This record gives sequence, C-alpha cells and structure tokens, in this order.
Amino acid sequence: MAYSVTIQTPASRIAALLGIVVIVVLIALPFFAGRSTIQDMFFILTMLVLAQFWNLLAGYSGLVSIGQQALVGIGAYALFGAVILWGVDPVPAILFAGIAALVIAVPTAFFAFRLNGAYFAIGTWVIAEVVRLLVAQWKTLGGGTGTSLPRDATRDMWFVDLIKETLDVRSAAARDILAYWLALVLALVTIGCIYWLLRTRRGLALAAVRDNTQAAESVGVDAGRMKWIVFLSSAFGTGLAGGLIYMQKARISPDAAFSVTDWTAYVIFIVVIGGIGTIEGPILGVLVFFALQSLLADFGSWYLMTLGVLAIAIMLVAPRGLWGLVSERTGLHLFPIRRRLSGGRLKLEEK
Amino acid sequence: MSILSLQSVSKSFGALTVTNDASFDVPQGQALGIIGPNGAGKSTLFNLITGNIRADQGSIHFEGRDVTKVSAMERCLTGIGRSFQIPQPFGKMTVYENLLVAATHGRNMSEAAVRDDCAEVLERTELIAQANRPAGQLSLLERKRLELSRAMATQPKLLLLDEIAGGLTEGECQALIRTIKDIHAQGVTIIWIEHVLHALTSVVERLLVLDFGKVIGLGDPEEIMASREVREIYLGIDV
Repeated sequence: MAYSVTIQTPASRIAALLGIVVIVVLIALPFFAGRSTIQDMFFILTMLVLAQFWNLLAGYSGLVSIGQQALVGIGAYALFGAVILWGVDPVPAILFAGIAALVIAVPTAFFAFRLNGAYFAIGTWVIAEVVRLLVAQWKTLGGGTGTSLPRDATRDMWFVDLIKETLDVRSAAARDILAYWLALVLALVTIGCIYWLLRTRRGLALAAVRDNTQAAESVGVDAGRMKWIVFLSSAFGTGLAGGLIYMQKARISPDAAFSVTDWTAYVIFIVVIGGIGTIEGPILGVLVFFALQSLLADFGSWYLMTLGVLAIAIMLVAPRGLWGLVSERTGLHLFPIRRRLSGGRLKLEEK
Repeated sequence: MSILSLQSVSKSFGALTVTNDASFDVPQGQALGIIGPNGAGKSTLFNLITGNIRADQGSIHFEGRDVTKVSAMERCLTGIGRSFQIPQPFGKMTVYENLLVAATHGRNMSEAAVRDDCAEVLERTELIAQANRPAGQLSLLERKRLELSRAMATQPKLLLLDEIAGGLTEGECQALIRTIKDIHAQGVTIIWIEHVLHALTSVVERLLVLDFGKVIGLGDPEEIMASREVREIYLGIDV
C-alpha cells in the first residue's frame, strides 16, 4: 500500500488564508494610515527581519552571535558609501548593503567557526567592535561623528515622485512609505525563504545538526556546509535590513549603526520572549517588544531593566518563549514543518 | 574480495593507546563480531572506521579506496552506516524524519524519492507504528531500533552495530536478531560489537577479540570462544 507525506494541517491552511488577508492589509496600509503608524510599522518590520535571521542562526543552527550589529552597521555604511561616493540611488544601494555584509561575513565566519558556544558569541562581538572602530576612521563618511545622505539623493530617490502623486503626500512622508513597502517586501521574502529552507532536505539537515551533530555527520549530513549556508544567508539579509533602516533614517554614525543594544540585544530579546527555533516566535516577540517600548518609553533606564527582568522571567518560566506556550497548549503551528507519514501499514495500525 | 581492510591502525588519546596496531580484513558479505572487555577500544575502532575520529597511524581501505583521511560524512556517502552504542536520535524530529535525514543526505536523493524506502525500513524494523512520534519520546528498545533503522535508511554496504542488543529483554533481543539476520541475508556486510554473546554468535561467521586496543584473536566463533587466551582475558576465567 502506498504511503504519503503531509506537512499542512487544517489549522495551518486557515492560518495561510488569514496571512494573505494580513498581507493585503499591510500592503494597503499607507492608503489609510497616518505617517507615525507607517514609521512604527517600518520599525516593527525591520526588527522582525533582524530577529528572523538571528533566530535562523541561534535557534536552528546553534550559532549564538552577539555581533549582528557588525552586519547592520556595515550594510548601512555600504549604502551611504554607494550613495555619497558613487552617486548610486539609495534604493538600489540597499543591494550593496547586503553584498557588503556578505563580504565581511566570509572572514568573520573563517575565524568565528573555530570557536564554539560562548566563545563563538564573544568572538562575533569582538569582530563587530573591530569593524566599528575601523569604520569610525573613514573620514569621507564623517569618521566618528557620522554623516547624512545628500539632500538631492533622497529627493530624487526612485519611486518617491510616484508615491507623492498617487497618495498625494509630501516628500518626507512619501520616503517613509517607500521605506515601509521595502521593509514589508524584505520581511515577507525573509519569512518565505526561511520557511522554504526549513521544508527542504536542507531544513531536515539543519534540524538534525541542531539535535545531534555527530549523528548527523554519520548519516551523511555536511554539518560544516550547513553552518556556512546559514551564516552567509543571514549576513546578507541582516545587511539588507541595515541598509534599509539607515536609508530611512538618512543619517548615520558609527556608534548608532554598530550599537550592540539596538541591533543585537533587542533582537535577542524579541526572539527569546517570542520563542526561539520557530518562525512564529519572532513575529509574536516583535509585537510584544513594540508594545513594551511604547508603554515604557518615558521611563528611561527603567525600560531597559524591565526588558531584562522580563526576558529572564520568560527564560525561566517558558524556555520556549510565548509562542512555545501557545503551541504547547493548542498544538497550533502557523508554519508547520513536521512531515507526517500516513497510508500503508499506518492506515492498518490506526484501524 | 574484502570490503574493508585495516592496516596497522593506531590511535592514542594522550598517553593512552586505545587502538594498537590493528590489522584485519572483512570479506564482502561477511558478518564479523567484535568482542572484548570494557575499555578494550571497541567503540574507538568503530569511530576510526566511520571517520568520527581519525587514525594516528595506519590506513583504512573501503572497497579498495583509501578512506583514512576521509570525513565521516563522506564515508557515509560511500556506504558505511553505523549505530551508536548510546542511541543518538534526533530527539525533536519524528522517527520518520530521522530516517528521512539519513536517506536524503546519505544517499543524496530527494525526499519524494526515498519516502517509500524509509517507510519500508520502518516496517522491517517494526517501528512503523511510531513513525510520527518525536524520537525523544521512544523507549530503549525503540531507540535501538531507530539506530538500526536510521543506519539502514542510508542503504549501507557495510553496517556497523555497536552493542545494539545491550539492555534488551530476551524476547526483544530475539526480535532484533531476526531483523539483523534479515538485513545480513540481503548481502549487507556487518560488523557487530556485542556483549550479549549468544545474540552475536547466532549471527556472525567470524569473531575478532580486542584487548587493550590489540587484536588478540580472529577466526571461527566456536574456536575463538574455546581458546584459552580468550577465556582468560575476556571471560575472566582462570584456566
């Protein structure tokens, strides 16, 4: 009797339909939402991209990096460099951001892969600091004080005129809307690609390496290559996000672009409270993070302490994060990856 | 023709020599048993053959090819499969997914192409009813069966079994022996480390005795078991 394999569940089919509705609403958002909502959504979406890539590293491959700010920063500076030095339009310059992060990731991986666990984490942080100090020496891009995108570059940016006319908004608002749509595309493509990866046989290999590296190698999994694939693709994506974030800010300095708090600590917080090792976790996590930030914005350093205490509490009470709690209680998976075998002798067993 | 050939293989961890000048051949299609007291270096010998650790000296040939410096991953692809002494399932994945990883990567094929093969292995090893359970939830017998199934999913030419009958009840042991005989009957070469001697001798055609990393006996199981040296060293009997 023939066997078959299914991955979708009835719940995930409903989730997929709801997902399409959410995507349509998000695409149409600039037509009815105000500028501050668009800016908030831009923040949420770009943090989500950073969180998904950190989760891919730490949650699926055990590569706990605390040097993501190196990739954000180098991506951002590559974008500014391409615009200021070569006169590239900021929109296509985002691609340079990704490529620059990829280029820096190769030597980083070469050194960092010799380290394991906590040493890997510290190693990536050290490398990020080195990159920050080097970039601060780059006088053409403002050295330690930073610089802004030239006014004519932001004014003549691709699509801005089109958005201005279609939505009847001012230039600054049009630039925010453009940045928002680009962030939406980046977030959707990121989630789509990660989900696709997890459903291929490489995804199986990733899960096997995470569970037991030695056993994985003994059944023919190239664990080393999986690490490289994950590290380089997440570097590329993180670089793109970095470029996009600073294209929207239009102003850069080494301290901000290479901030370990903004681009790694917050990102880890999002993944940990949401649920590490799932696609749903960072989505839930970024919403909680944004809510906390809005609520506690006026409390200064109390805000950071609250985040810290909350992260520790969740790690102790629910090590698999808020989404872990939800899926444990309900068995719900919005992005199922489990292959369920059915038919054949299993059918007889069920009877 | 011998499928596996070890020549003067040695391995030390610091001052401790765990494998000492081991040389032997395994003919194609044979089932070879390995016995020896705890700490004799049996599992290390397996790790050397599978590439999980590298030999300090000597050479290992598989199907005539020198694989001494080849990685564990590549050795699996050339046809060496193994089970671990302490079961090492991919705990968060299901039983079926455990086999799927092994089959897709060990044979370099697509998921769809190996689906029925994986299901068939699970049928033969009597794990099919557990196919969709997370491997971390399995009982000891089921974990042992999973070790065997996962190795089989790579369709090895040479299968290494490390104390797969240890800790099982007599009934469970007999069922496992049937499965292993069945696999052997299909022409798979087997090397089996085992302390459960009656299980081992009911399957293997040749026996190798290891002590302090040295091969101290190799030959017909009955003769080996009867030899004075083996009884003294391995069974601890004062003759």
